[in-house]
Amino acid sequence: MDIHEYQAKELLARFGVPVPRGGVAYNPDQAVYVATELGGWHWAVKAQIHSGARGKAGGVRLCRTYHEVADAAKAMLGSTLVTEQTGPRGKVVHRVYVETAEPFVREIYLGFVLDRKIERIRVIASAQGGMEIEEIADARPESILQVEVEPAVGLQPFQARELAFGLGLDIKQVSQAVTAIMGCYRAFRDLDATMIEINPLVVTKDQRIVALDAKMSFDDNALFRHPPVTEMRDPAEEDPREARAIEHGLNYVGLTGDIGCIINGAGLAMATMDMIKYAGGEPANFLDVGGGASPERVKQAFDLVLSDADVKVVLVNIFAGINRCDWVAQGVVQAARGLRVPLVVRLAGTNVDEGMRIVRESGLPIVTADSLAEAAQKAVAAARAPAATH
Amino acid sequence: MSILIDETTRVIVQGFTGDKATFHAKEMIAYGTNVVGGVTPGKGGRTHLDRPVFDTVKAAVAATGAQASLAFVPPAFAADALMEAADAGLELVCIITDGIPAQDMMRVKRYLRRYPKERRTTLVGPNCAGIISAGRAMLGIMPGHIYIRGDVGIVSRSGTLGYEAAAQMKALGIGVTTSVGIGGDPINGSSFLDHLARFEADPETKAVVMIGEIGGPQEAEASAWVRDHMTKPVVGYVAGLTAPKGRRMGHAGAIISALGDTAAEKAEIMRSYGLHVAPSAAELGTTVAKALASGRPA
Repeated sequence: MDIHEYQAKELLARFGVPVPRGGVAYNPDQAVYVATELGGWHWAVKAQIHSGARGKAGGVRLCRTYHEVADAAKAMLGSTLVTEQTGPRGKVVHRVYVETAEPFVREIYLGFVLDRKIERIRVIASAQGGMEIEEIADARPESILQVEVEPAVGLQPFQARELAFGLGLDIKQVSQAVTAIMGCYRAFRDLDATMIEINPLVVTKDQRIVALDAKMSFDDNALFRHPPVTEMRDPAEEDPREARAIEHGLNYVGLTGDIGCIINGAGLAMATMDMIKYAGGEPANFLDVGGGASPERVKQAFDLVLSDADVKVVLVNIFAGINRCDWVAQGVVQAARGLRVPLVVRLAGTNVDEGMRIVRESGLPIVTADSLAEAAQKAVAAARAPAATH
Repeated sequence: MSILIDETTRVIVQGFTGDKATFHAKEMIAYGTNVVGGVTPGKGGRTHLDRPVFDTVKAAVAATGAQASLAFVPPAFAADALMEAADAGLELVCIITDGIPAQDMMRVKRYLRRYPKERRTTLVGPNCAGIISAGRAMLGIMPGHIYIRGDVGIVSRSGTLGYEAAAQMKALGIGVTTSVGIGGDPINGSSFLDHLARFEADPETKAVVMIGEIGGPQEAEASAWVRDHMTKPVVGYVAGLTAPKGRRMGHAGAIISALGDTAAEKAEIMRSYGLHVAPSAAELGTTVAKALASGRPA
């Protein structure tokens, strides 16, 4: 799960990471109010969407008067921001963050990731902050410093010092940088983050270390033990169909094709999508109904897949293990009554003959397939055929 | 022979008395697995499925000489259960549970390294279908009837895709020594490579199928090992050619986030390292047949 910049800063501040003072606003009046409360002469107004590279897309504005703050907020709120990370459709801005602008002299990159290869937390830093880490890796790979965290003891201050000295900071800044690095690490560990990115971490004109931007992602599997983080979920940032899927214990990812997929198991779901492509079609979605493909779940899955208006055919591919095919078939037949598009069904595994008999004898116009390849080919053929009338 | 388990392996079930564990323990016993008892803290001294229940894994090991465990424990308590199993000296622990926090798995794997290699627990899973040695023993939740005894090893991240491979092979009369599900999480107890090494050492296994998916460096590492160390043909497949970047495809670990994470890149690496790559999931069985006939790398 991702959260907004202002939420990440709020969390990190609790772990002693220095961040600028600021407040969130949902309309221009609130933005001005926040600016007056903060005081000072310079404010940054920042669009809050789950994406990096907002600055280049016009999502960050430096303001010198309350009037400019109001204008910036007005321009951003309700607008669609297209960044390098949002995709061409962009994201609508529903809230802005107004914070005290900090004049700075240096920009540093600081990142924390759960590295799958080493199965440890890896800390990455570079003196070339302000650029995306991919750009830094291309342009100045020698500037990238890394340390690995030993899980039994956690990140040690000496490791944070090595990074800070390696970044070329002077001694007064080093101790502040160590505080920031250790704070981020504790936040990462204690809140079950999977990624923290501070880009940039700046040295201000008056020699303070401040996290000017912050991005955090969390392990979905660990949210159960972090209710305050879970509450930071912003449904406006999520595909409504995916949010609905989560509610029903299904895994759904919307795609751009026209063949709706209902499959059990993530691997088989991906492989079936690949088969559709291989057969010349395009999948409309990824959907894993999970191990217990109960009739209710199958019904929910059909509703979800059909809520995509582009879907021209539905392909069901279930490899029943413990769930018997006959039971799955009953759910499919129930859900298939009155379907607006053709349906291709392939069942395999336990009690497959009985399952297929139920499908065939249902009297419904269901196309059956005996293998993965046949199912994909029939679905592609049905999607290409002129719209059916039933 | 087989790898990891056979009909003599003494097995306990952690979380034995729960509904799901009970159901699958019955299936395992019916398949011929030597289930000698189980553990549910607070229910020690009772009998369940005609087998003794213990409060701790240590007590179960002391009383039954258990060598392996199947853990059916909710995500929040899984790390604790796995460390308990390792500390009790079990040789093998297989965990089915989906939804374990990644940092918990990180700590579990670090904990396992406390023990010298010769008595270190092998962990299989989490978020997997388990292990089956065809016709001998089952430590998991798979439908046993789709596996016939034979000479091909299967190692897969996905459960259902592993079934798909076994069923296609069965249709061609090709059987299985052992099938291992390593699970769909970003941090697995054991990797493709760990099990490929076991299959290479198993005299009965003549070929291996490795079924991967998007995300993570494991398939590439294992493929490099195949090139350098395997004498037996290996069939490779990677699911997720159509998966968009940066989106989690069901499995916590199935996300394209780094260079080399895509299905196309992994399949290309497999090909360049001499694996027989199945062009699609529908051709797993036929590719295995070809690899077996050739008896060597592609």
